[in-house]
Amino acid sequence: MILGGATIAITAPNLIYSALALLVTLIHVAGIYILLSAEFVAAVQIIVYAGAILVLYLFVLMIFSEHQGTQALHTSFPVGVSLGFIVLAEMLMVYWGTGAASDGGPLGPPVWAKAGNTQAIGALLYTKYLFPFEIASIILLVAMVGAITLGKRSHKAKELAPANGSTNGFGAHPAQVTPVSVEHRREEAPRV
Amino acid sequence: MVPLSYFVTLSFLLFTIGVIGILIRRNILMVLMAIELILNAVNINLVAFSRFHQSLDGQIFVFFVMTIAAAEVVVGLAIVIVAFRRRATVNVAEFNLMKW
Repeated sequence: MILGGATIAITAPNLIYSALALLVTLIHVAGIYILLSAEFVAAVQIIVYAGAILVLYLFVLMIFSEHQGTQALHTSFPVGVSLGFIVLAEMLMVYWGTGAASDGGPLGPPVWAKAGNTQAIGALLYTKYLFPFEIASIILLVAMVGAITLGKRSHKAKELAPANGSTNGFGAHPAQVTPVSVEHRREEAPRV
Repeated sequence: MVPLSYFVTLSFLLFTIGVIGILIRRNILMVLMAIELILNAVNINLVAFSRFHQSLDGQIFVFFVMTIAAAEVVVGLAIVIVAFRRRATVNVAEFNLMKW
């Protein structure tokens, strides 16, 4: 299902179909995480990817949907496919050819089975990985500011637009708030 | 219990599909989606090794990868919108502003 969904996602000529096939893929990947007893990661996967990122994609696709080119694939797509299979062959050779693929003995229950996955991740995240966690927050902040700045229309466009009498000089016009800033609030929601 | 090599092979295949998607699609939005597929393949790998090495560090890394993916998508889509306003196209082959 994962591979089928992913294949449809990259080959479907209609972008909306691609996005929905990507959604199928992401939800099944969350199922893989549950199979690996990583429940917290599965929940985050569904909330962030299936909830936020896919919604973001669908909004942008609705802006662009009538501007799609007639040709979905690149003209030189056999080159791309063969390059992709070369990459696959290299990875398989490295993994299976070097004896790294030994599976070890049977697994016991996960070490985090006692307290629960979420609690264990939280304890580790706020002690050992506190500094990377702060850096991740700053990266999200930078992404938010950057997206809003990029999404704002330029001054020339602002002058051409009819004034509604409510511009405050330097802020974005209320009627010109772009979809990016609106969608970014959705994007931020799972992080809270 | 499913052996580790199944997860790793699945991750390889998903990664390959993502690479092919980046290379063959003309639409820049599809290129971003294929990057998401690649990041997901890496995440499957990290979680699988985290489970089989009985260590939670891999799942923390998955968390950070998801953070970076979210930031990347937001900034990427903003850039796509700006580029679309300037060039009125979403075809990667026509973004040649930096050619001299």
